[in-house]
Amino acid sequence: MSIRITFITAGRILRQLLNDHRTVGLILAVPALIIALISAIMDDAPEVFDKTGLILLAAFPFMLMFMITSITLLRERTGGTLERLMTTPTGKLDLVVGYALAFGAAAAAQTTVAATVAFAFLGLDAAGPAWAVFLICIVTALFGMALGLFVSAFATTEFQAVQFMPVFVVPQLFLCGLIWPADQMAGWLQGVSDALPLTYAVKALAEVQVNPEVTGAMWGDLAVVFAAVLVATVLGAATLRRRTN
Amino acid sequence: MPPTPDTAIEVRDLVVDRGKKPVLKGVSTAVAAGTVTGLLGPSGSGKTTFIRAVVGTQKVKSGTVEVLGRPAGSKPLRSRVAYVTQDASIYPDLSVKANVAYFAALYGRGRSEAAAAIERVGMADHADHLAGNLSGGQKTRTSLACALVIEPEVLVLDEPTVGLDPVIREELWDQFRELARQGATLLVSSHVMDEADRCDRLLLLREGRFIADDTPADLRAATGTANLEAAFLHLIRDLERAD
Repeated sequence: MSIRITFITAGRILRQLLNDHRTVGLILAVPALIIALISAIMDDAPEVFDKTGLILLAAFPFMLMFMITSITLLRERTGGTLERLMTTPTGKLDLVVGYALAFGAAAAAQTTVAATVAFAFLGLDAAGPAWAVFLICIVTALFGMALGLFVSAFATTEFQAVQFMPVFVVPQLFLCGLIWPADQMAGWLQGVSDALPLTYAVKALAEVQVNPEVTGAMWGDLAVVFAAVLVATVLGAATLRRRTN
Repeated sequence: MPPTPDTAIEVRDLVVDRGKKPVLKGVSTAVAAGTVTGLLGPSGSGKTTFIRAVVGTQKVKSGTVEVLGRPAGSKPLRSRVAYVTQDASIYPDLSVKANVAYFAALYGRGRSEAAAAIERVGMADHADHLAGNLSGGQKTRTSLACALVIEPEVLVLDEPTVGLDPVIREELWDQFRELARQGATLLVSSHVMDEADRCDRLLLLREGRFIADDTPADLRAATGTANLEAAFLHLIRDLERAD
């Protein structure tokens, strides 16, 4: 692995993203707007919004990273640039970590805008420190990225890649505690929920919600998400083949 | 750096299957350093597969491919061998300049080298255009600049002149000759016979086998024909009669 090539790769991916002004606008504005919408819907129940809004702060970068990673990587695969890169000094890890850095930066920008709007203007309330929320959101976004990287290997068209959203992302959103508390689901479903990494991001956020100081439980939950990032990244990197048929 | 061996590319008994279909059925050849070798053959004859085996992106069933004395695709070769794919492998959402600068940077080359490579392929006027908005020929030239920028010892090009106008084709071939004169080894696939005459040596691939591996002059002499197109037709007809 080469740090230099990793940063060159991240710079290239960011430049590609920045050249697409409309996507940049959507990335930055949409989560804040949707959270504002949710806050208006839950106008009479601020305590419910505190929970939902906080989860959404992590859910958006997760979805976004999944989508843009799976599609950008699919383009690299189908456009021939991946094959070309595999004949250059670029290592697989250089490429994957380059993606993580570039899209991690995009996730950070998105989270900053959404969190600022939610905390400053929409009255979102959490007892814990803002940096902890931020950290959980970024790690969750990286999980979305790693999952998108892995999934892109199984799609041959962008159309298919988009269809993977309902398969890999939506169930996690439903079962993570966003629409219904996990402990009130059917017993077997709680088991499924416990097996999904996004659930631990939500648990970590719940810790930040109620505790003024960061807790060991939060670190534990975040570690689970981070482990999922590593596993998905390794699986994803394994799908990048130097030699193909 | 070790001295450049006389043989830049050595292929022995290469067999490649794609799916269950045999594509290369045991081909062997040696490409001398500092030459331009043309890989010719009808579409579907296995040209791209052969080229991918040389750059090390093709899974091979058996046989060996060595480039500059090392197994094809091995790590030390990645900064010495450049590959230009048939479809321009560049980023459509980056400018010409950003594309070339990116590939340059991967090899530790700077902006001035990138600018020089863009100039060489005649794309300086379009340097700030997004690659996705270029014509097919301009994309090909940008893709070529991404390979030229690293000044490779071995340059492998898959149909680099498809869709280019004759003037640019001529200029590119002049450049290929110049690169070879400076010591680089070029392997160029093509299905345009008038390009074959600009090669030092020709490999004619048909149905996964080489049916000729010779200089253009010797090919003409051996077949008693005046031009290469006729020489190839002659060879193919001989083979068909033998079948």
